[in-house]
Amino acid sequence: MSQTWPLPVGLKLADYHKSISNQQPTQAIIPTQGEHLIIPLLQHSGAKPHLEIALGDYVYKGQLLAKPQGNISAGVHASTSGTIVAIEPHVIAHNSGLADLCVVLEADGKDDWGNTRLPRLDYQQTDLKTLVNRVRECGVVGLGGAVFPTDVKLNVRQPVTTLILNGAECEPYITCDDRLMREHAAEIIAGAQIILHMIQAEQCLIGIEDNKPEAISAMQQAVSAIADKRFEVVTIPTIYPSGGKKQLTYILTGKEVPSGGRGGDAGALCINVGTTRSVYQAIVQGEPLIHRYVTVSGEAIKQAGNFEVPLGLPMSRLIAAAQGSTISEPWLTMGGSMMPLPLVSPQIPVVKATNCLLVRPPPNTEVVMPCIRCGRCAEVCPVSLLPQQLYWYARSKEMEQVERYHLFDCIECGCCSYVCPSHIPLVDYYRFAKAEIKAQRDTRHKAEVARTRHEFRQERIERVQREKAEKLAKHKTALKEQESSSKEGTAETDAKKAAIQAALERAKAKKAQQANTTSSSTEGSA
Amino acid sequence: MNPHYTVAQVMQQVLLALIPGIAVMLWFFGWGVITNLVLASLFALTFEALMLYMRKRPLQPFLTDYSALLTACLLALALPPYAPWWLIAVGMLFAIVLAKHLYGGLGYNPFNPAMIGYAALLVSFPLEMTLWPSASGGFGVLDLGSTLSKVFGSGLSNWDAYTHATALDSMKIGLNLHQTPSQLMQTEGMGLIGSQGWEWVNLAFLVGGAWMLYKRVITWHIPIAVLLGLTLLATLFWLYSPNHYPNPLFHLLSGATMLGAFFIATDPVTASTTPLGKVIFGLGIGGLVYVIRTWGGYPDAIAFAVIVMNMAVPLLDSYTQPRVYGRKRSL
Repeated sequence: MSQTWPLPVGLKLADYHKSISNQQPTQAIIPTQGEHLIIPLLQHSGAKPHLEIALGDYVYKGQLLAKPQGNISAGVHASTSGTIVAIEPHVIAHNSGLADLCVVLEADGKDDWGNTRLPRLDYQQTDLKTLVNRVRECGVVGLGGAVFPTDVKLNVRQPVTTLILNGAECEPYITCDDRLMREHAAEIIAGAQIILHMIQAEQCLIGIEDNKPEAISAMQQAVSAIADKRFEVVTIPTIYPSGGKKQLTYILTGKEVPSGGRGGDAGALCINVGTTRSVYQAIVQGEPLIHRYVTVSGEAIKQAGNFEVPLGLPMSRLIAAAQGSTISEPWLTMGGSMMPLPLVSPQIPVVKATNCLLVRPPPNTEVVMPCIRCGRCAEVCPVSLLPQQLYWYARSKEMEQVERYHLFDCIECGCCSYVCPSHIPLVDYYRFAKAEIKAQRDTRHKAEVARTRHEFRQERIERVQREKAEKLAKHKTALKEQESSSKEGTAETDAKKAAIQAALERAKAKKAQQANTTSSSTEGSA
Repeated sequence: MNPHYTVAQVMQQVLLALIPGIAVMLWFFGWGVITNLVLASLFALTFEALMLYMRKRPLQPFLTDYSALLTACLLALALPPYAPWWLIAVGMLFAIVLAKHLYGGLGYNPFNPAMIGYAALLVSFPLEMTLWPSASGGFGVLDLGSTLSKVFGSGLSNWDAYTHATALDSMKIGLNLHQTPSQLMQTEGMGLIGSQGWEWVNLAFLVGGAWMLYKRVITWHIPIAVLLGLTLLATLFWLYSPNHYPNPLFHLLSGATMLGAFFIATDPVTASTTPLGKVIFGLGIGGLVYVIRTWGGYPDAIAFAVIVMNMAVPLLDSYTQPRVYGRKRSL
């Protein structure tokens, strides 16, 4: 049994509400004929992929819809077979509530792969580049919620000793990783073996919170079945937010990911169990990431549970699959109750980041009282920030101070908001401040670019003028010299001079004629 | 466990934790303790409502957050029992109107309102503020009728007969007259360790404080640091010269030590907020209490110590940021 390093702080929540949804086996949802899937192009943190299909195209399940562009990007694929009926902006699950470009796919109900499955790769016989490329082409991104393209993570630059499989699932309500580990432990382990091979790590620690005993034993069985000494299932205490990648890295290795750094900087790479299974599916089965496990839970859902959902399925369809809601206008959020993302419409589609749909009665809004500086927020902050100071400075828009208090180390786990006796939505302030600072940086950057461009132009104009003036001056002195020399010159030179004069006049006349025939655009240069 | 309280619940818990101390004070000093509490509460709520009205703030959430009541209780317990009504009114005026609302109300005041009220009264009405009744047990020296006439104006012709210097007073005066602490402890009005009755009052507030720690209403940093700061200095000087300086236990169980350490210094709004900042804040208060008690012009020193350390809070908070995860050090 490996040593664990307990989180110095964090929350022990009273109720995790996990048993609502983790009792029944996961049901797969297959789109029926005529059903519309709304597939956003941008489902990861990175560059938007390039659209590969056109309106009216028939696509098979797993067919590439958009190809990754740039260093950090991921492909998007059709989650079932059918026809592309629209390529248009649609409201997606995002803080801003703004619309983004989506491909609308009308399912034909056949769920036909055609021959889109990629050839199976034997990872031990394949070079790293091909493996990384496969992961990228298959659109594999972090399924824990951060949706960072996995191929970038696997293309490690510095040596990594430990692979951490994140099966902590510390958020209340969410049980999709729990069910996934129970139902597909072998595939997860197989995926982890591929990743171990790719990153050349020595060991794989699988961190699971102790409130998931079935998942723990399933994973342990899968590990003992392959008899691979590098693997170890580590049971960790149930404390929120132990499933944060930085937190889990600390719990399992005692090492901290440096601020602003990546997991690899601590010698450990942390990958969600769902992502690991997707890697397995991409490499071994040649299947792109087109569906994921989603928990549907909350107090206002009739039959909570987990579903294997094709990406693009509207939330309303997911609610219907769970026997509908018990109330007429439930409050829909994506994610667990600690970091909920409010959904403005039930037509918002499931994306790669969707781990949970919560269907709950609308929250009774508590009166927000002034901050009494009690410091409870600081007591629970897993990154040891001073949330209260951040709040004061964010509120007064003192962005320099906000940064001095390390705003960008905030993982938005929601612990501070949860314990705040004044019910101040602290995390909302941090999100606002982060967006504000990013916007400021952006504006500053643009201004900087504009300024350098302007300066360059100015300099160029000046240079041209200067060169012209120099030329003119040179010319003048040359003329003067000529004049002075001609004064004391002979008749011979006079004749020469006359010839030159004549030639000059001819040239002038020719120039004038030219100027007349062409447009007058050259006037300025005279 | 991290219980999540509302603001009102936090204040409520503190008020509840005051009960043992109030009960013991009631036993030793009688009805004056209650009249203080009742009058202070009434004035506090009146001023609070008035200020909220003038500042166009909603009345309901702020009147029911218990913060004004808590300020009232803390000041009431610090005032001598049987204080005349106008003294309490002036104290609450300073506390609620000047120290709290003129700075923006709940959460915005840099100084502890109760202590501003106390300090203002001590400076303005030194005579009234030092007339502590003798601790007599059995619910004090006066019945309810005499209490009311004392509080509401007519006073008592022979009030001086009922009052007595507190242990901190006697100790200070006695030491100036070159008596030793052990000699002084034998004189009338002294108890086993501190002043008669006061040691029990302090123990009762300690019990309330411990309960708050248990309920996680407060953290250990401030109270422990206050007591530590006071004990350290007291021990140092006592060891140096036991004939000139009373022992640390005397300081711990006299005056408003426990009330100050657990209930006053821990006011979240005006205290430091970082763990290290809290410790320094508390040590500062404890140290200042000793310094003012020993060499200053006032017998007790909680109010001034707290106010002085309130001033240091912004600096403390700024320089004691905890190390953030993944960073080498703060600042």
